[in-house]
Amino acid sequence: MNDLDLDVITRALPWLAQGLQYTVQLTCVAALGGTVLGTLLALARLSPRPIVAGLAASYVNLMRSVPLLLVIFWFYFLVPLGLQWLTSAENPPRVGAERSAYVTFILFEAAYFCEIVRAGIASVGAGQQAAARALGLDQAQVLVHVILPQAFRNMLPVLLTQAIILFQDVSLVSLLNVTDFVGAAGKIAQRDGRVVEMYLFVALVYLVLCSMTSALVRRWQRTHSIGQHPETAR
Amino acid sequence: MNWRIFLETMPEGDATWWQMLASGLGWTLACAATAWIIALAAGTSIGIARTGTSRAASRVAATYVELFRNIPLIIQFFLWYFVLPELCPPLKRWVVQADPAAVQFLAATLCLGLFTSARIAEQVRAGIESLGRGQRQAARAMGLNEAQCYRHVLLPVTFRVIMPPLTSELMNLVKNTAVAYSIGLAELFFRTREMGEITFRYFEAFAAATLAYMVIALAANRAMRFIERRIAVPGVAGTARSAH
Repeated sequence: MNDLDLDVITRALPWLAQGLQYTVQLTCVAALGGTVLGTLLALARLSPRPIVAGLAASYVNLMRSVPLLLVIFWFYFLVPLGLQWLTSAENPPRVGAERSAYVTFILFEAAYFCEIVRAGIASVGAGQQAAARALGLDQAQVLVHVILPQAFRNMLPVLLTQAIILFQDVSLVSLLNVTDFVGAAGKIAQRDGRVVEMYLFVALVYLVLCSMTSALVRRWQRTHSIGQHPETAR
Repeated sequence: MNWRIFLETMPEGDATWWQMLASGLGWTLACAATAWIIALAAGTSIGIARTGTSRAASRVAATYVELFRNIPLIIQFFLWYFVLPELCPPLKRWVVQADPAAVQFLAATLCLGLFTSARIAEQVRAGIESLGRGQRQAARAMGLNEAQCYRHVLLPVTFRVIMPPLTSELMNLVKNTAVAYSIGLAELFFRTREMGEITFRYFEAFAAATLAYMVIALAANRAMRFIERRIAVPGVAGTARSAH
């Protein structure tokens, strides 16, 4: 075995930092967008109209039953076609994998966040709803002022845990030749023939970042949890 | 759209495209099934170590879970397939002369098996902890040693309790086999991309793969539900759940 060349990592640091920045950016956008869209989906699933509830449920089930990698490639083909249809342009615009990934992850994560939000809403007792209605709030006010604040408080640890999973899952875009953190390391690994150093370094960085954030989430959960929190497994 | 494409033969060889996708599906299923066995065996052992009386074993088990949970799956694939042989010269010598498909399959099943085992270990731990200390104390008071206590009292109930999360882990495992594409294993996703790239029939190829993954997910779900109902013991926690 060749000796480890740690210099190759130091030299690549600026490039790797750029990749990590894209990874973090994509994670944050997808987590926020996914939460918003996921909340809307959850409300749709709880809707009294069977068509709305059914459509939302089929979307969620479809997204959850196919591999993320397949979804990433689907959207890579479909986003330009979708934009062409929306703008009625003559040719599909060149979107690029970097940008289509934002759409992919928001739409994909929405399905997972939807299930978390649904469990969160279910964790708020039925009495809350009845009491709020009795006070004269209408359905929207009940939702915005009573149910959702409590639901989000209950499900925050699970949402954050899902965001950590998302942070790891984003690495799959490197297979579309996107320079995220893994993609950046892969390019250096191949150019310099330093596979061992680069991949061990990437693994270490993820390990440290993810263990630290999950430890923080667990601590927050211990100190802030009120009653029981919804359990969702992925 | 041209669905006939599946009946056309590939440019080289005389197999049709659907036969090639079917061979990919075979690798996907073989990989998932082997990894599932590894994951159940390792996951149960780690889950037991996590809840046992030995502090040291519990520490080791906790570290194991953290390690496999906090590194992205694709990096774990790269570590098994590209990095490990470099760090272990005898392994490297074997890899160089072995059949590449065998090496990819071995790396993929080990990687997916251990990745999934960390998640199963957490389910087993949570299941055992949900039983409460009374079960363990009663078993020990009856004269069972720790191994017998797990074998005859804790695990039989735990596995019934954790059937629903185990079901979603199995479905995750099947979906995760697609990542084996990154090390070149000719599983379903690999074949789907290959077909798209050669025929430019991306839509048809991806639609077929999507359908196949949905069918496997459904089949895995039904199979686990069937087992869940068969092993249900009336009156035991977690088994009274109605199937839907």
